[in-house]
Amino acid sequence: MSKRIEDLKILENKRLTNDVFVLQLSVDKELPEIKPGQFAQVRVDNSPGTFLRRPISFHDVDYENNTFKLLIQIIGKGTERLSKHKKGDVLNLIYPLGNSFILPEKDDKILLAGGGVGVAPLLFLGKYLKAKSYNYDILLGFRNSERIIEIDEYHKIGKVFLTTEDGSEGEKGYITNHSTLSSGRYNRVYCCGPDFMMKAMASHCRKNNINCEVSLENLMGCGIGACLCCVVDTIKGNLCTCIDGPVFNINELKW
Amino acid sequence: MVNLGFSIGDLYFKNPVLTASGTFGYGPEFDDFLDVSSLGGIVVKGVTIEPREGNAYPRMAETPSGMLNAVGLQNKGIEYFENNIYPQILHYDTNIIVNINGSFIDDYVILAERLNKLDKIPAIELNISCPNVKMGGMVFGTNLDLAREVTRAVRAVYSKKLIVKLSPNVTDIVGFARVVEEEGADSVSLINTLLGMSVDVENMTPALSTITGGLSGPAIKPVALRMVWQVAKAVKIPVIGMGGIMTTSDAIEFLLAGASAIQVGTASFIDPKASIKILDGIEKYLIEKGFSDIKDIVGYINRTK
Repeated sequence: MSKRIEDLKILENKRLTNDVFVLQLSVDKELPEIKPGQFAQVRVDNSPGTFLRRPISFHDVDYENNTFKLLIQIIGKGTERLSKHKKGDVLNLIYPLGNSFILPEKDDKILLAGGGVGVAPLLFLGKYLKAKSYNYDILLGFRNSERIIEIDEYHKIGKVFLTTEDGSEGEKGYITNHSTLSSGRYNRVYCCGPDFMMKAMASHCRKNNINCEVSLENLMGCGIGACLCCVVDTIKGNLCTCIDGPVFNINELKW
Repeated sequence: MVNLGFSIGDLYFKNPVLTASGTFGYGPEFDDFLDVSSLGGIVVKGVTIEPREGNAYPRMAETPSGMLNAVGLQNKGIEYFENNIYPQILHYDTNIIVNINGSFIDDYVILAERLNKLDKIPAIELNISCPNVKMGGMVFGTNLDLAREVTRAVRAVYSKKLIVKLSPNVTDIVGFARVVEEEGADSVSLINTLLGMSVDVENMTPALSTITGGLSGPAIKPVALRMVWQVAKAVKIPVIGMGGIMTTSDAIEFLLAGASAIQVGTASFIDPKASIKILDGIEKYLIEKGFSDIKDIVGYINRTK
């Protein structure tokens, strides 16, 4: 699968909460095959305080209209700058990059679990699995009810369970505290979110012998395996999150 | 047509644009973006005798107009390079230069001996300037006696072109350039990264696991340019300039200051096509300025009018 470097036009910049937004981008020619879990390296133009591209995972891909969405949280100057873009602006992307989630077995009991802006790749993964006739549940965690994003989109593709840290909606606590997880009904989990959350999920899955893949968000330099900056410690030694990941089975990680 | 070629001794480079070690992998990483063979040369990721895991994450921090890295020479060792990587990059029709690193002089000697036997490797870059390893690396590049000793030892066993990569973390880089020239280096490349650091204010910790790391990117360009200019005036061997080259204009500055060739480094992280764009730009510049040969502009600012 070859990687592209392209200027893409912004169709929409939609603000979801005060620090989360979705960019919808359109491609002139046909989209390449993009798999759930993969990401794009987005160049941040006119941003004196930043230097490197920002890795952003694919949130939704529409092959019919040759468009895709990136769900982004403002966490620094780079993402702040990206949030200011308007419809019609052009962004330079290198994509698609990285590996992808591995398809489950047909009779697996599947859970897509994510927290905060980490829910981003799970919408794409859910739609992808649904198109292949897999059934799954979705477990999403947010800090509070005001930070819940795109919940309607997830309701369209599967049964959704919610947690908030303050209990303002859904069950109170983190996703790893949710009753659907402790019910023991899943044997396969796809997880994306903050590090501490994925580590807690990995620990739960190890204890309960659940096959679990996580999508890491390490700091990246190049995104194409040249700089060796984004490494994660694995049983095979230091591997690049950008080319050997971002998706890893927890059995590979030294967590 | 303009002549873009230059030579280190009898080793011909079809153009003056090379890629810097540690920023271009081994070449195949960039196949989707450009024709690697159209470059003057590629300097592949630094190799050591034994495999190295490098430093712990985090090993990178973004800084104003640049980045700090503390990768620490992660690589799979010379044997893996010979057996697995070398066969995969043989087909490139360009000069493939291997950057070598060691903790002891013997390490450099062993690596040079082994690489001397690889037909398609016409040159090595002796890295005596890596700031991210505890033993060796920059130690050799910041001590005149050691720089002399390691260059002499490698020269004795290596019959092809020997390029020595100099450290900017010294008071007088010219002295180092002169010493390695005296010991038979065919060329010097400079600069490696500048030692720097960054602190994560939110988490109140150093940004890098190693605390200090090597600064690269446009932030270091004026320093690099000054050093290249000083060295080019002081030595007779060709100087390969690098340090924060992002654009054609940056590259031309180094050539005008006296570099015979340049390496594109960190720029390839932001734009994988940076090297090839700079190459095209240099050719256009020469045509626009009415020069027929790249040599006409090398060291141009140093000539008496």
